[in-house]
Amino acid sequence: MTDFATRAVSIAPGSAEGREKALAAFKAGDRLFSFLTKIAALTVLAMLGGIIISLVIGAWPAISAYGFDFLTTQRWAPNARPQPILGGLGPLYGTLVSSVIALLIAVPVGLGIAIFLTELCPQWLRRPVGVAIELLAGIPSIIYGMWGFFVLGPYLADSLIPGIIDAVEHIPVLNVIFAGPASNLSLFNASIVLAIMILPFITAISRDVFSTVPPVLKEAAYGLGCTTWEVVRNVVIPYTRVGVIGGIMLALGRALGETMAVTFVIGNAFRISSSIFAPSTTISAAIASEFAEASDLHQSALILLGLLLFVLTFFVLAAARLLLMRIERKQGS
Amino acid sequence: MSSLYVHRRRTSKVAMALCLAATLFGLMWLVMILFTLFWNGFAGISAEVFSQMTPPPGSQGGGLLNAIAGSLVLTILGIGIGGPIGLLAGTFMAEYGRWSRLTSVIRFINDILLSAPSIIIGLFVYGAVVVPMGSFSGLAGAIALAVIALPVVVRTTEDMLLLVPTQLREAAAALGMPQSYVVRRITWRAARTGLVTGFLLAVARVSGETAPLLFTALSSQFWSIDLLHAMANLPVTINNFINNPDPNWKRLAWAGALLITLAVLSLNIIARSLSAGREHK
Repeated sequence: MTDFATRAVSIAPGSAEGREKALAAFKAGDRLFSFLTKIAALTVLAMLGGIIISLVIGAWPAISAYGFDFLTTQRWAPNARPQPILGGLGPLYGTLVSSVIALLIAVPVGLGIAIFLTELCPQWLRRPVGVAIELLAGIPSIIYGMWGFFVLGPYLADSLIPGIIDAVEHIPVLNVIFAGPASNLSLFNASIVLAIMILPFITAISRDVFSTVPPVLKEAAYGLGCTTWEVVRNVVIPYTRVGVIGGIMLALGRALGETMAVTFVIGNAFRISSSIFAPSTTISAAIASEFAEASDLHQSALILLGLLLFVLTFFVLAAARLLLMRIERKQGS
Repeated sequence: MSSLYVHRRRTSKVAMALCLAATLFGLMWLVMILFTLFWNGFAGISAEVFSQMTPPPGSQGGGLLNAIAGSLVLTILGIGIGGPIGLLAGTFMAEYGRWSRLTSVIRFINDILLSAPSIIIGLFVYGAVVVPMGSFSGLAGAIALAVIALPVVVRTTEDMLLLVPTQLREAAAALGMPQSYVVRRITWRAARTGLVTGFLLAVARVSGETAPLLFTALSSQFWSIDLLHAMANLPVTINNFINNPDPNWKRLAWAGALLITLAVLSLNIIARSLSAGREHK
């Protein structure tokens, strides 16, 4: 081995002196390499710190100007005099509501696909269908936005939405939530695009955790005479509940922060409307459409919105990871 | 009694039919999106797309050459910065600090950064690079992409190195090889396919990103590979062109969208078949 090292540091092989030098070079190289890897690993932590610090510094003027009122004000008037009146309630509302509607659509469908893939699908079809669903996750989000804007939006506004509005016209409460007029750009449209985007995450994670169920458990249930659905409901889902919830939280984290797809289809309206068919905005859409032209307090308020979004997604994603870690440990033991 | 059996079997049939329907529903979106993209994209593709600059509004012809070149430069530079750091960080987690508390903290934070909203990364780089430098620049865009690529590479590197059998390392160490040589000449080499997969996935991830480039690299109508100025790139060009009523711009935007999607999907498929090839061995 020292031959190899003496060659590496170009010292005459064989001599005792060369051996010493080679070993010293080894030691120095070792220390340097492990130092480098440690620095690189710490970079990951530094990045998180850097993100938080830079957002707080950028948001500080807005924090000191508006304080907690920022969270309860709906008006967004960057050009008001003498000082812009800016409140984050509208984008916060849009972010949360669009993500929740997206989950309501994507969770049942995603779980259904995962059950199909693990329980029903013939072996040869599993991989192609799984890969096809995962390809949905690979499509860049701007493509979803363009598709939502040119294809889905017009379709919804022309056929589906007027139908829903007519159907619930005389039912109280529902006729407020599903009120017209139909528009190409709406909170509902954004929610559907989001649902399609997070579908692959829910499917992939549920499929993975479903496959951690020990076959013995399922076989025992089948042996007792359970139908496929009863096995899924009473064995697979209870066993993997924590992991499934983790997957859903991960998808929620994605939905909260999704930018380009939503910006195209939501209409950038800061006013909160009781109807989900009305235009709205989300934090990320507001930043994407206004940040480049904003200045001073307006820009700072947008960074403050970004900080709120980061804190929100941080906690959702952290909860998701903790839940998923629990199921990994269960699998390991 | 028999009605109970009938009821249970019917419930199961209905539930499974719904699962099948859900799968068809999910695949339907993929087909519809790809159909729209190919239909509009292929109509816009021509030789000029690859040979001419982005046109001014209202004119005919033109291409996406500057945007394609800019995107390549930004992606290569982004991976060039983020990739090696990610590789070293993943190596630390798998080789040096496998059981340490620091590693589990880094893994946790890295997993969160992996899913953090990309627009936040854009805001971060705007505050950390664009403001101090005083202008939008290609360099800032590349740094934003590097920040997005880093967690992807860290994650795959750690996973792949953990798969390398410990006996390989022990055998090398027993021959007297110092640890840094074991890592570079044995572990990295054994996990080579996996490490390449990680880099490919990182390229796929960053090449479609639009949000972090909006206010870092911005975009440009001209040939620009000067890293200290705003730099043309495909995603932001698509974003600007598609929102414009000019039909020529719209055509180019769809063509660009098709190019990006084809690139990202084929990278994904290559990465997948690389890792599938490993499993079969």
